[in-house]
Amino acid sequence: MFAYILKRLGVAVLVALTVSLITFSMIYLSGDPAVALAGENATQEDIERIRDFYGYDRPIIVQYFDWLFRALQGDFGQSHYLKKPVADVIFDRLPTTMLLGLFALIFALTLSIPLGVLAAIRPNSLIDRVALTIAVIGQAMPSFWFALTLMLWLGVYWQVLPITGSSSWLNFVMPAIALGYYITPAVMRLTRAGMLEVLSTDFIRTARAKGLRPPTVLVKHALRNAIIPVVSLAAVQFGFMLGGSIVIETIFAINGLGFLAWESILRADLPMMQAIVLVLSVFYITLTFIADMLNAWLDPRIRVT
Amino acid sequence: MAVTDTAQTARAAGAPELLEPSPGQLLRRRIFGHAGLLIGAVVLVTIFLMAILAPWLAPHDPYDQVLERKLIPPVWFDDPKATWDHILGTDALGRDYLSRLLYGARISLLIGFAAMLISGVIGTTIGVLAGYFGGRVDMVANFIITTRLSMPVVLVAIAVVSLVGSSLTVVIWVLGLLIWDRFAVVMRSATMQVRDLDFVASAQALGCSTPRILLTEIMPNIVNNLIVVATVEMAHAIILEAALSFLGMGVQPPEPSWGLMISEAKGLMFFEGWLIFIPGIALFMLVLAINLLGDGVRDVTAPEGRN
Repeated sequence: MFAYILKRLGVAVLVALTVSLITFSMIYLSGDPAVALAGENATQEDIERIRDFYGYDRPIIVQYFDWLFRALQGDFGQSHYLKKPVADVIFDRLPTTMLLGLFALIFALTLSIPLGVLAAIRPNSLIDRVALTIAVIGQAMPSFWFALTLMLWLGVYWQVLPITGSSSWLNFVMPAIALGYYITPAVMRLTRAGMLEVLSTDFIRTARAKGLRPPTVLVKHALRNAIIPVVSLAAVQFGFMLGGSIVIETIFAINGLGFLAWESILRADLPMMQAIVLVLSVFYITLTFIADMLNAWLDPRIRVT
Repeated sequence: MAVTDTAQTARAAGAPELLEPSPGQLLRRRIFGHAGLLIGAVVLVTIFLMAILAPWLAPHDPYDQVLERKLIPPVWFDDPKATWDHILGTDALGRDYLSRLLYGARISLLIGFAAMLISGVIGTTIGVLAGYFGGRVDMVANFIITTRLSMPVVLVAIAVVSLVGSSLTVVIWVLGLLIWDRFAVVMRSATMQVRDLDFVASAQALGCSTPRILLTEIMPNIVNNLIVVATVEMAHAIILEAALSFLGMGVQPPEPSWGLMISEAKGLMFFEGWLIFIPGIALFMLVLAINLLGDGVRDVTAPEGRN
């Protein structure tokens, strides 16, 4: 187990370093970052001053390591636009996005796991078909359009929920649905497949033959085994949702990391963009690492190979 | 005795033709028995034809702004302004909505297809090499895939497009370079399943070159999986393009991208809801058709695959 953890941790760190290198080189996509920062009417002198101030005149490799070591200490530099430390702004906005992601995850799981289980109990029945239809429709609906539609019906026509902002938990209901429904099909399919597999095994037949109550067999014996891959998928999808929250947060004007990312992109605030991409990537890497550990702990076959 | 024998032989010789349908017939039967596949194919072909024939089908110029005819509702609305001249109405700048929708199908299909091709080439190469060679190659491929998966697609795409400057070509390349991961993952495991089979071993024993084995022995046996992933990724690329255009970092005005049409209608949606419903439903139908087609191909080529 220890060797496995160490190996997996090494890969995670290496991936994080590669991502940081890619994130760092992103600012050179626009050509000279100093020119991009200075704006259209800048004189050569202004550009030189900016280049000197942010250290863009140093060799790129020196800049990278300087940036990386500062980032490791939690210093992502100054925001070009807000004139505040990037790290402060990010940690200010991060909880909102986390909360949104968590609500979305809860919504997705409470919808998809029961549906997946019900579909697996009676394959090809009406409920299976309904679940499958929900999955197919869910996969085809662009989240931003779904969000706008929710806004229009729940917010304007029926007026049951507030449309924008992030002041009360009611503001999070629609964004959480819009964000969470997107991962519902994947979780539901995996639950269904896992349950079908477990339900056909011998120990379930034994449990039933012993005369255990069907709900006990279903939850204690079957679901407990089928849920393992679902847990790790949910962890991975949580990371995806945080990345995808940029669209939802922009629509609902939720003051989280995604909205900040969008604002920073519009303002060409390079250090902020870099930091957000890096923070979200590292968060995702951590989540997958935890999911792998969880899997290895629950299933000894993984950690041996 | 001799007579019965002959009769039995004759029947046995003729029997396969009468009783057992050929594999081709079976496949055709499965295709025509699969409702999802047929619906998906019909809708997709219809949208494709509408996109190709847009210049002839469109009643108006999609870029033509007629400000005195702005915001005419669709013809089924009970509104004095509604007219058969603008079946789906006009947008805030007085451009015919049906014409923009038809031309928008071109953008969605073009970007979806091109991005899928680019990501398909990258992902399949990585996946097949990793699956065939295993060992170190597999380790490196896994590392690249994990790295790619750790980066948030929408965020990175928007950031890169904003830095490089947005155009149709940039959007296609950015998406193509970002969404190859599923190709790589699926092609890798599909290749692993066939690489140890006997016909690959015999090709190796015959001294076939590696590229030849990969192209003529491996590829034909994993092409079904490739088609399924290709449909998923094309749908994915179309949704991403719409999201990018919606956020203002994709296709630029005055092009009639569906995502952009929704974005332009956003400010008016509380008063004119149909402005976002029409392009949204078009987008939904296109993606749904592609997904149904992909699911259908998976079911038809591997009937056990549904579970």
